[in-house]
Amino acid sequence: MAELRHVVRRIRSKNAGPFWITIDIFCDSTDVLARVTAALPVERVAGHLQLDASHLKRFEIPTLNVLKFSFPRPHPQGSLRDRDMHGAQVALLLELLEV
Amino acid sequence: MPTRVLIPSGVLGLGFDPDALARGIEVGPDIIAIDGGSTDSGPFYLGTGTSKYSRAVCRDEWRQLLEARAAAGVPLVIGSCGTCGTASAVDWMFEITAELATELGQTLRVARLYSDVPIDELRRARDAGRLSPLDPAPPIDDAALAGMTNIVALTGAEQIQAAIDTGADVVLAGRTTDTATIAALPLARGMHAGAAWHGAKIAECGAFCTTRPASGVVMVSFDETGFTVTPMGDGVRCTPQSVAAHMLYENSDPWILHEPGGHLDVTSASYVKAADDGVRVEGAAWMTAPDYRVKLEGARLAGYQTMMLAVIRDPRYVDAVSDWADRLLTHCRELIAASLGLSDDAYDIELRLIGVDSALGGLERHRGSPVEVGVMLLITAASQAAASEIAALINPHLLHYPLTDDEPMPTFAFPMSPVHSDRGAVYEFALNHVLGLNDPMDGFRLRVDEVGHG
Repeated sequence: MAELRHVVRRIRSKNAGPFWITIDIFCDSTDVLARVTAALPVERVAGHLQLDASHLKRFEIPTLNVLKFSFPRPHPQGSLRDRDMHGAQVALLLELLEV
Repeated sequence: MPTRVLIPSGVLGLGFDPDALARGIEVGPDIIAIDGGSTDSGPFYLGTGTSKYSRAVCRDEWRQLLEARAAAGVPLVIGSCGTCGTASAVDWMFEITAELATELGQTLRVARLYSDVPIDELRRARDAGRLSPLDPAPPIDDAALAGMTNIVALTGAEQIQAAIDTGADVVLAGRTTDTATIAALPLARGMHAGAAWHGAKIAECGAFCTTRPASGVVMVSFDETGFTVTPMGDGVRCTPQSVAAHMLYENSDPWILHEPGGHLDVTSASYVKAADDGVRVEGAAWMTAPDYRVKLEGARLAGYQTMMLAVIRDPRYVDAVSDWADRLLTHCRELIAASLGLSDDAYDIELRLIGVDSALGGLERHRGSPVEVGVMLLITAASQAAASEIAALINPHLLHYPLTDDEPMPTFAFPMSPVHSDRGAVYEFALNHVLGLNDPMDGFRLRVDEVGHG
């Protein structure tokens, strides 16, 4: 087991419009993608992000060795309760997951 | 004959490599297309109808693009003028364009494409069932509509084509999808529709699809079967990986991109190396929708805000800062009710602890031992006067509030005088809806003027 940040090449998160955030996990090989894919089912990531699992979309993109997650923002971008206007810090939360 | 679109950068104001732009002009584009904004800068710009970027920087880059346009003898199109794409932002770009045309001695035919939606029109569309929610959609009852200051519809390829068809040298478009300014001409010339949208998505951020994003400039050559994207910066490369990966960027679905009039599906796309460090792409499909619908964006006034920032350095207070913050807030709410007669729902106070969890809030897992904690207080009320008054009431308590009742009053660090900053009006995004149109030009307005002198 190791923290996700030590296993993959890069994790980024960003707004996908004002109402969604998307997370891209870039792996260096099909083996790493398989390991990450197996370790990060929707339920686990949704729990970590305190989301209803039905709101978390998950995409496996083998041609790019990427695992992608998208979810509606808890607060729309830039609204009173939003603490991170561009949604880029969410990626840091996933970095620490053990895979 | 392919149709070549030169994209100088991801957005006007971000900068580009002038040598790469010159190389692009030598290659011979059919059109130059650049983006002028997005929602990514936040709701304030749409709320106020203003630009996030410096006027001087935009003006300087626009001068270079007007000169490049004149050298190439092709149209120059900018979408989402002035960050938010409201009429005021389109007119802001028009003013800059007119000034530069005179300075450069150019005579320019300038088409302005307005995409504002009046609130009354939005209400009529809602009542007629032409407004459909996307997920998640804010409420659109009368109260919600009344608070909106600006609403824009995102123009697609059809409206940009209409603007180009006026014979304009320069097109200044209101809010536009990231892709439409790039896709419009290839589509009008009968290039492969899937390729036109796919190539436009890949190049919408300029050189973000290359190995060196800061170089800015890329050329996309569209034809009847696909497109080829080529970097214009010296030593910059596109790779199948860098190109394909851009489909993921700021897109919640890696295979599908919704546009006015249909959607792009790249599930079957293939990416292969091409000449001049470019990448050749084929296989994307355009699926025409039965109805023509455009996406809407709206901003609503959320109130008026005052911010205060204090710094806590005393280790005893740092260790107990969350409890201290809860106590302070409770105390202040009591004072606000007693002194100002305001109930809790008449204003909003939020306290964020910088150094503890200010970026992630309840999601933060990592608890460190900060040397100091920044206490950011955000007060939002129905008027600036009310927010400022609440801040004035809180001021001495933010400076001196003790952890327990029976101890000497502490004095925290105020990093500036005054410690409060009135932030003025603040806004929220208030629409995530699509609007059905009978004709793509319904509600959009075109105006053509000649500026400068020859």
